[in-house]
Amino acid sequence: MTGEVALSVKNLKTFFYTNNRCNKAVNGVSFDIKKGRTLCVVGESGCGKSVTASTIMQLLPSLSRIEEGSITYHAEAGDIRIDQLDRDGKEMRRIRGSEIAMIFQDPMTALNPVYTIGFQIGESLKYHTDLSAKARHAKVVDLLANMGIPEPERRAKEYPHKYSGGMRQRALIAMAMSCNPKILIADEPTTALDVTIQAQIFRLMDELKEQHGTAIMLITHDMGVVAELADEVIVMYMGNIVEAGTVDDILRRPKHPYTRALLDSIPVLGRGRNQDIKSIRGATPDPYQRPKGCQFSPRCDFATETCSAMPDEEYITETHRVSCHHYKDISQHD
Amino acid sequence: MTESRDVILQLRDLKTYFALRQGVFQRVTGFVKAVDGINLDIYRGEVLGLVGESGCGKTTLGKSILQLIRPTAGEITYHGADGTDGAVDMCCLSDAEMVAYRKKLQIVFQDPHSSLNPAFTIFGSLQDPLKKYGVKSKKERRKIIGDLLEAVNLQRDYMDRYPHEFSGGQRQRIGIARALSVEPELIVCDEAVSALDVSIQAQVLQLLMDLKKKRNLTYIFITHDLSVTEYICDRIAVMYLGRIVELAHTEDLYEHRLHPYTQALLSSIPVADLDRKTKRIVLEGDVPSPINPPSGCPFHPRCRFAKDICSTEVPALRKVVTGGKEHHVSCHLVDDTVTAA
Repeated sequence: MTGEVALSVKNLKTFFYTNNRCNKAVNGVSFDIKKGRTLCVVGESGCGKSVTASTIMQLLPSLSRIEEGSITYHAEAGDIRIDQLDRDGKEMRRIRGSEIAMIFQDPMTALNPVYTIGFQIGESLKYHTDLSAKARHAKVVDLLANMGIPEPERRAKEYPHKYSGGMRQRALIAMAMSCNPKILIADEPTTALDVTIQAQIFRLMDELKEQHGTAIMLITHDMGVVAELADEVIVMYMGNIVEAGTVDDILRRPKHPYTRALLDSIPVLGRGRNQDIKSIRGATPDPYQRPKGCQFSPRCDFATETCSAMPDEEYITETHRVSCHHYKDISQHD
Repeated sequence: MTESRDVILQLRDLKTYFALRQGVFQRVTGFVKAVDGINLDIYRGEVLGLVGESGCGKTTLGKSILQLIRPTAGEITYHGADGTDGAVDMCCLSDAEMVAYRKKLQIVFQDPHSSLNPAFTIFGSLQDPLKKYGVKSKKERRKIIGDLLEAVNLQRDYMDRYPHEFSGGQRQRIGIARALSVEPELIVCDEAVSALDVSIQAQVLQLLMDLKKKRNLTYIFITHDLSVTEYICDRIAVMYLGRIVELAHTEDLYEHRLHPYTQALLSSIPVADLDRKTKRIVLEGDVPSPINPPSGCPFHPRCRFAKDICSTEVPALRKVVTGGKEHHVSCHLVDDTVTAA
């Protein structure tokens, strides 16, 4: 069962329209999310990783549109084209929360302060299952206990302000997991948390993957998290996938200049003070004034004239793909 | 590293408490012990890292050092360069007397988006400290600010622009330029690179190191990112609930982690290196409230090695020697845990 494709995204384009300008936030991305595997999406802020997640969940603001491409959810009862569903339609509302669930970045704002934690977790059970109120309460307490929250019976009756950041995030995961979703999308779930709490959350997510065979899509900007949790990795830059592959492909044999530069620019724990950190020159371009062709070319050391045309995606191995005109020349320097 | 080093700041039993008030008469009902008895020497020309989880008091300590928050008790002695200024306990100074020392000690804040006034041009923001410290002519101020912007790798003419025209990394560099403008001896960097993207973070880190070499600066580097501290710091102080639990030279700390909290903290950092997977020690529970810290060693409720003594007696920060270097740790059981590490 592990490795079976749960959701496939093909050539997805999501554009935003504001003040007569168009921001091509996601500009043609394709990937698969597989059962029992963790797919990590990495990139700097503004690269379109969160927009990709919101597109899959159909949680985009009204000024945006899926321009092209398809999102296919491979449900047990047959394939469902998510991109063709009505955002607020019955079908989408059924899938959202029960089949595909999401954990948001900021646990401080994702919970409603005027309802108890128990009520908020129970809500998704109310809409997606036909459990009685009593059974729902028992399930909520059970979920909280599984997430390692002490005294779940009492804690379920408390309001979010009584929870610490780590506990709120665990409550959110409990909420997301309440209906045993097939796919879990986690948008920077630990960015707002301390490392010791982060370690607790990661242990939980690994357990979910192993016990329930959940397909996880984890969005992060931290290469350390990638090395720790990922099975497959997508590197995004300015709305495009620049490189994708297994975690070994990306961390041991990076081909795209952006992936390489990204890996060179972070201090790695345990390498001491003499490690050589190279910064990437310049800054990410304005999304309304994008460079022509390869989006990374203005900051790339290997850019030539050919880079003013958008490179095609090429498969190096069956799992490893890169979109760069020069990846072959670059890897010869090693 | 035992040669006599030049101390710039000496913290002795520093405490910063915040009173909790309740009721109609706002009676004091308790204290948040944000900084609870810190002893620390900061040497000239070093980079001292202050690390710990949120709520451990590292930012309060940084602000207490600059007297932005007045400490409740204790001493902060400032030793001027080449002994000319003598030693002064800054906690005893009035705000007016403190002005002279603000020139020596500066701070770079975490959030580059809120630390610059959006209604002022960069020149407007940066000229205030210069005016205060006696640069009277506008022409001269413009020249100095232009030089500063060049020193942080920005263009001279950026000084007439407004903060919204800059990216996060550029704003952080402007923040650094502002701190440099009065030629300080010590800069407190409070999470100075935490809000930046990784590629920009590397640019700012390199800039900070360059400036340190050129201007002989001392940094107190407050951060929660232990990969960054390893790269930039000479010594690291690990804080937990307002106390220093371990203080050591950087290589030493990473090689010989003595305190169980440091061990857990370092092991829970995700490392971007597939060949360097370590066994993770996952701490249970959350950081206790600093209003009612646990008795004895503040870490004992979460510690794997805790014994009876840990819940009754507060361990002192004592000196041990690892790898021929000074290493300070506050744990009753250090000898037991050294072998376990």
